[in-house]
Amino acid sequence: MTAVAQDRELASRLEEIWKTKPGWQGWISTVDHKEIGKRYIATALIFLVLGGLEALVIRLQLAGPERHMLSPQEYNQFFTMHGVTMIFLYALPVLSGFSNFLWPLVFGSRDMAFPRLNALSYWIFLFAGLLIYSSFLGGQVPNSGWFNYVPLAEHEYNAGLNVDFYAVGTVFLGISTTVGSINFIVTLMKTRAPGMTIQRMPILVWGTLVASISNLLAIPSLTVACVFLFLDRHFGMHFFDAALGGQPLLWQHLFWIFGHPWVYVVVLPAMGIVSDILPVFSRRPLVGYMMVAGATVATAMLGFGVWMHHMFATGLPPMAAAFFGVSSLVISIPSAVAVFAWIATIWGGRPVFSTAFLFTAGFVLLFTIGGVSGVMTAAVPLDLQLTDTYFVVAHLHYVLIGINVFPVVAGLYFWMPKMTGRLLSERLGKWNFWTMFIGFNLGFFPMHIAGMLGMPRRIYTYADGLGWNTVNLITTIGAFVFAFGVLLLLINVWWGLRKGEIAGANPWGAPTLEWSVPSPPPPYNFLVIPTVASRYPLWEEQLGTEPRSSIYVGPSLDEGRETIGTTPTDASPELILRMPGDSYSPFLLAVAMTIAFYGALLSQWWLAAVGTIGVIAFAIHWMWPTPQEDTA
Amino acid sequence: MSDSPTFMHTFGPAADPITRLGWILSAVAMLVVVVIGVFILVALFRRRATTGNLAEVETSAGRSDFIYIGTAASIVILVGSFVYVMAVLAETSSPPLDPALTVQVIGHQWWWELRYSDRNGANAFVTANEIHIPVGHPVRFVLTTADVIHSFWVPQLAGKTDLIPGRRNATWFQADTPGTYLGLCGEYCGLQHAHMHVAVVAEDAPAFRAWWSGQIAARAPPATKEIANGENVFLSRCSACHTIRGTSAAGKIGPDLTHVMSRNTIAAGTLPNTRGFLAGWILNPGQMKPGTQMPATPLAPAELEVLLAYLETLK
Amino acid sequence: MTASRVTPTATDALPFAANAGRHSPGWWGMVAVLMTEGGLFVLLLFSYIYTSAFDHTHWMVDGPPDLKLALPNTLILLVSSATAWWGEKGIKSGNVARLRLGLSVTLMLGIAFAGIQGKEYADKKFGPSRDAYSSLFYTITGFHFAHVIVGIIMLATVLIWASKGAFNERRHLAVTNVGLYWHFVDAVWLAVFTTLYLAPHLQ
Repeated sequence: MTAVAQDRELASRLEEIWKTKPGWQGWISTVDHKEIGKRYIATALIFLVLGGLEALVIRLQLAGPERHMLSPQEYNQFFTMHGVTMIFLYALPVLSGFSNFLWPLVFGSRDMAFPRLNALSYWIFLFAGLLIYSSFLGGQVPNSGWFNYVPLAEHEYNAGLNVDFYAVGTVFLGISTTVGSINFIVTLMKTRAPGMTIQRMPILVWGTLVASISNLLAIPSLTVACVFLFLDRHFGMHFFDAALGGQPLLWQHLFWIFGHPWVYVVVLPAMGIVSDILPVFSRRPLVGYMMVAGATVATAMLGFGVWMHHMFATGLPPMAAAFFGVSSLVISIPSAVAVFAWIATIWGGRPVFSTAFLFTAGFVLLFTIGGVSGVMTAAVPLDLQLTDTYFVVAHLHYVLIGINVFPVVAGLYFWMPKMTGRLLSERLGKWNFWTMFIGFNLGFFPMHIAGMLGMPRRIYTYADGLGWNTVNLITTIGAFVFAFGVLLLLINVWWGLRKGEIAGANPWGAPTLEWSVPSPPPPYNFLVIPTVASRYPLWEEQLGTEPRSSIYVGPSLDEGRETIGTTPTDASPELILRMPGDSYSPFLLAVAMTIAFYGALLSQWWLAAVGTIGVIAFAIHWMWPTPQEDTA
Repeated sequence: MSDSPTFMHTFGPAADPITRLGWILSAVAMLVVVVIGVFILVALFRRRATTGNLAEVETSAGRSDFIYIGTAASIVILVGSFVYVMAVLAETSSPPLDPALTVQVIGHQWWWELRYSDRNGANAFVTANEIHIPVGHPVRFVLTTADVIHSFWVPQLAGKTDLIPGRRNATWFQADTPGTYLGLCGEYCGLQHAHMHVAVVAEDAPAFRAWWSGQIAARAPPATKEIANGENVFLSRCSACHTIRGTSAAGKIGPDLTHVMSRNTIAAGTLPNTRGFLAGWILNPGQMKPGTQMPATPLAPAELEVLLAYLETLK
Repeated sequence: MTASRVTPTATDALPFAANAGRHSPGWWGMVAVLMTEGGLFVLLLFSYIYTSAFDHTHWMVDGPPDLKLALPNTLILLVSSATAWWGEKGIKSGNVARLRLGLSVTLMLGIAFAGIQGKEYADKKFGPSRDAYSSLFYTITGFHFAHVIVGIIMLATVLIWASKGAFNERRHLAVTNVGLYWHFVDAVWLAVFTTLYLAPHLQ
């Protein structure tokens, strides 16, 4: 047999083992991380569009003084859902999508450590998002803002189901985030290709790693807060009821113990995307890899020590205010490290101005603006003026759009070819970048000024003669330009899927393992499990690295769904991981959970019981030992 | 003062140091952005001419000194900012002199109840939505809420302090220039968070004393039959929620109206306090301030007429 | 497919993950679950301590909780942790009978703990909706109670699997994980017991 024929035979054997059934059965049962990753991204982008449309309606209302397109109730629902959608249903899920798609590919592995758990976390994300959005059906949409302060969110002031959709939906979504985070952590610890030591991991994965660890510690705080709120609202308890010894500020502590780490959860993986893409188009290794990785870890750790800076106006003791003021300044130091590392990388490279590169380079500037406005809000006395004004709205949009959306769009231009096999249009891409970049700054920079002119956030209208008219009109125009830029992106994606130029395995001359396999990758990812000898396996020739990675020599593991398990730090081969095949269990378990959560939401306890029994039954069925694992 | 309630132009010692801090930090922030922006642009274009090749990879060592120098510079700026910030915090956290006047501010959805009294608690009176203070003197505010969390904010005089159920917060400010300063609710508090304004009127000592003695007085007894009829309408239709001192109207749900005509606006800054708006407000407040807790009061035209005549005497 | 020729190599020396105990992803997965669960209980206890620091007029108005049932119940849970460990040690040397005995005793002690906890709830003079203290008391102990119930279901499931011969000296990851979970439930109870039951008596 010729060598090529042998390769082909191995490929078809692996294809047989790893492929997903066609049709709806495969669609529901697949555990392929690439499918799940793409679904995550597509679903999150749909939520991005929904949240964006909500924002545009808000901007129409605020385009001038005394406009009454929306009633106050509708306005409050829109701004709440805008925040909930963007922060919970778009910002992290889209990054989870990239990580899901990419991790096994950059690790030289065949799937995530827990493929079924991966499917479960997607289904829960989808169903939790649908649950929250189903509040529109009965017109009882969450209306207390995305941080949902009590007692405004308590039954006494908010009797409908509005807040219950928020409380139940976020707890449900938290399960998705938690199991997803566990999966990322274990995947990183156990499934890296042999030789991929901690120092050789693609810089990309650091952000998602520390975000996942943060999630494990932060999500419980939101869960506890929402469970307390739900018990207050439905069982007459008094966690937040000052009249009977409860503390309204406990909600704020619990919320921000979750909320501030969450900010880093939705930006650190995106910063990882930038640290990965920027060097490819600067045509050089990232400058200061270890410092950037260390800065990522430091940011996430410090992120747990700054939550009270959201509460300076609540009358904190001066020592607490000073402490949280300092920690909030200190946390900007690792960000400075990252910014200078990116600049040094561009500086020392030979930049190629692709669309993906423009989005990452634009990101560095927006990151800086969002960072310095953050330093201003960390200045305690100044924050007493800035907090809850449009200045903060500007700051958080520079952070969330600048540091999340821009890298995500860069990621789409960069990895869509890997996902679909086709490139996006670079020409339309340039238009896309400039409309988004100009629209964004036109829309959001004036918000700083609106805040300085004393405009509070979350007001549904404002009187004429306060000096707020012009900045608001400019903001609205900018928002529409930005939205047009997003539309260009969607058109480009739609066009690229059909007509885009065929990409080939490595259209960008990029250095990491995902570019060593065809685009789109086969279900089994790698014919043989590679062994890695450097941080940039595909640049070793150019960089003159010795010894070289071995990409085409390695175990084929073609007797079943298998990949190599390695040790957490050195990545020495240690185990053979038998991977489960496609399964309906994740879908069914998520459906049972959805039933249980709807039961709780609607106080239909029989329904909740049915769902819970289903959850237990499907979970036991899922875990049931399979005899085949007993071999070897 | 300017039209905007901007805190970049302030009028008292609780706010002025913060304003200076704000301008200086804004300048530093813009400088940082410009410097970084220039670095990015230079980095982008210095070697771009020779580029376009996705096969080559640069092998030279990176300029990691950028990271060391840049981070060190950032730390210097941050430490400097921090020292300055702490100085401003110390300077603004308490008034230079012990305030002679304390006003109790109670937040309601969506208006401000204001309780004044002498230091010993004598000469107490209650008013709403319009705070009068003597110019040039620090005033202390004790902040509580009747329902949800609000935040007391007069941008041109001081930063925000929240009103939290179960807590008593305090703040202070002083106006150095006579004038009217707009205050707003700084924490989202429900449907009419947008219409929860408070006016702060800073006036010289004689004017303030005159205002004070006017407010302490009970309402003047009705001078005409029409006004007496108006008071009767008030007592039967409005007194469950509103107080008018000197009458049996002692409702505590809505604002004290003993001297309602001394105020420039109605409904916490929502409407000018004129006869026409007052009439519209009484008949259908929900149309002018959707969600307001004040119910519509259907009145026959004659009843409305005498009620308005009566209210107009409450100066 | 790239044109490059791939060369498969052998991997005979490596064990399967299901037999690898603490090296397997499953074990790390359970550790991660317990990390987030631990966070949950830390935050619950933080809420309790935070609330206790402010309002004293509604705090524990009928005195500290009675230890008459809670103290023996704590001992029951501690012993159950030991029996779980003893059973797991058995399967490490291939002793399935010892595993089954250990799991059975643990299961019964777990049920006893839940029963006594239920009795304590029934005897309480106040319900969860009396004031903030009662809400916190019932919710924190209730969260733990729910973990005990889940633990009982897991112990019963593993016991059934053990009876069907699913485990041997190499392959018993499920036993290790359930044991780990049960020790966690025990440790959490010690924290809850110390904070909610013992500490008020020490003041």
